Amino acid sequence: MSNRRIIDARGSYCPGPLMELIATIKMAAVGEEIEILSTDKGSATEIPEWIHKVKHEHVGTEEKSGIWHVLVRKTH
Amino acid sequence: MKILIVGGGMGGTILANNLARRLSNELRSGKTRITLLSASERHMYQPGLLYLAVGRMMPDELYRDQAGLLEPGIDFQVDPVEEFRLDKNEVKTKGGKVHGYDVLAIATGSRPTPEEIPGLAENSEQFYTEETALKMFNRLRRFEGGKVVVAMGVPHKCPMAPLEITFMLYDYFKGRGLLDKVKLHYTYPIGRVHTLENVAKWAAPEMDRLGISYETLFNVKEVDGAKRVVRSEEGGETDYDLLISIPAHRGMEVIEKNGLGQRGWIPTHRTNLNMEGRSNVFVLGDTTNLPISKAGSTAHFEAETLGENIAAMVKLGAPVREYDGKVFCFIEAGLDRATYAMFDYQNPPQPKPPTKAIHWFKLAYNKLYWASARGLL
Repeated sequence: MSNRRIIDARGSYCPGPLMELIATIKMAAVGEEIEILSTDKGSATEIPEWIHKVKHEHVGTEEKSGIWHVLVRKTH
Repeated sequence: MKILIVGGGMGGTILANNLARRLSNELRSGKTRITLLSASERHMYQPGLLYLAVGRMMPDELYRDQAGLLEPGIDFQVDPVEEFRLDKNEVKTKGGKVHGYDVLAIATGSRPTPEEIPGLAENSEQFYTEETALKMFNRLRRFEGGKVVVAMGVPHKCPMAPLEITFMLYDYFKGRGLLDKVKLHYTYPIGRVHTLENVAKWAAPEMDRLGISYETLFNVKEVDGAKRVVRSEEGGETDYDLLISIPAHRGMEVIEKNGLGQRGWIPTHRTNLNMEGRSNVFVLGDTTNLPISKAGSTAHFEAETLGENIAAMVKLGAPVREYDGKVFCFIEAGLDRATYAMFDYQNPPQPKPPTKAIHWFKLAYNKLYWASARGLL
């Protein structure tokens, strides 16, 4: 858990959770996990879609009390 | 109480003026002191660069003397900070002065970094500095037709700029009678043409109507200037004759050098705007790591919140309100129509169809900005 970065993008309409992830993943180390917190249910599909395209790893997605937690791992 | 503001852009200037008015009695009596440290004696209206690039504003319209924008009683010094000594509640400037503080506000802003993407700086036109906006203006004047591609890095300042420059270029080429020789192609990093869903719902049909093609999930990886091709992280590529870029941004170097935040973004509490772990240090404007737009209006609304809170800390001993994530952005939909988006942490924007009236209001705001910086608007 100590090597996990959290992006609190709740209520982020602009730039939005995926843009926050795109910016943050540049700063992360290879192997590092990033957990995105989003109140936009669209994040549950658009983030994994992008992660797949750029060949990082989508570890999982979970919804807790209206907040989507999307976990990804930087692979390269 | 000693209040120190670092950064003389929109956030720092509005905060200084807001505080000076709220604390006029305390300033007169000497109980409070407000010092503003800036890297420049001039203040730039940054949104004007978009207009400069298409010949709709002149360079001298972008600037005012910083000292003339400030309320009397503010101690203004052109002497940028080099060292933040937060454990000692002091900073050291380039000129060698040490300033102590009781409350520190950091508003140092951000900088475009096109050099981080191979080939982007040398093969594209940009409008985020006066120099590059003028270069873009001259390049556009000489351009006689071909494929114009708009591409961007993340994060970038002013999230409306990619759409605005695209629609403004359409009208610019239309005005020069070149539309039949120009093909506009817009790219965007996520899976729709703008990160704000309601803005994307308006902009995509507008592009369809105007014949502007677009490609989403396109994050620029590299530019091959010899082949005139832009390649994306997602594996796509597009050729170009003229490449217009909105570069990725970083926070200022001094923030990185002092270890205050990775890539120059300072970890900041989303409602009280405290730097994480520092109860007497506040952050505003582009400098925060908050998941909201890097835009002048964000700095403006944060400065108003902080002005009220820091003044309350002086008068009552505690802050009195929270920042709600409010942002307001005009969106130019060409050279004679505009709309706007207003939103906060709880409420998404509901942009209206563009009108000439909103465009005229935006042009008026380009002048009213100076009243805004003075904290009067």
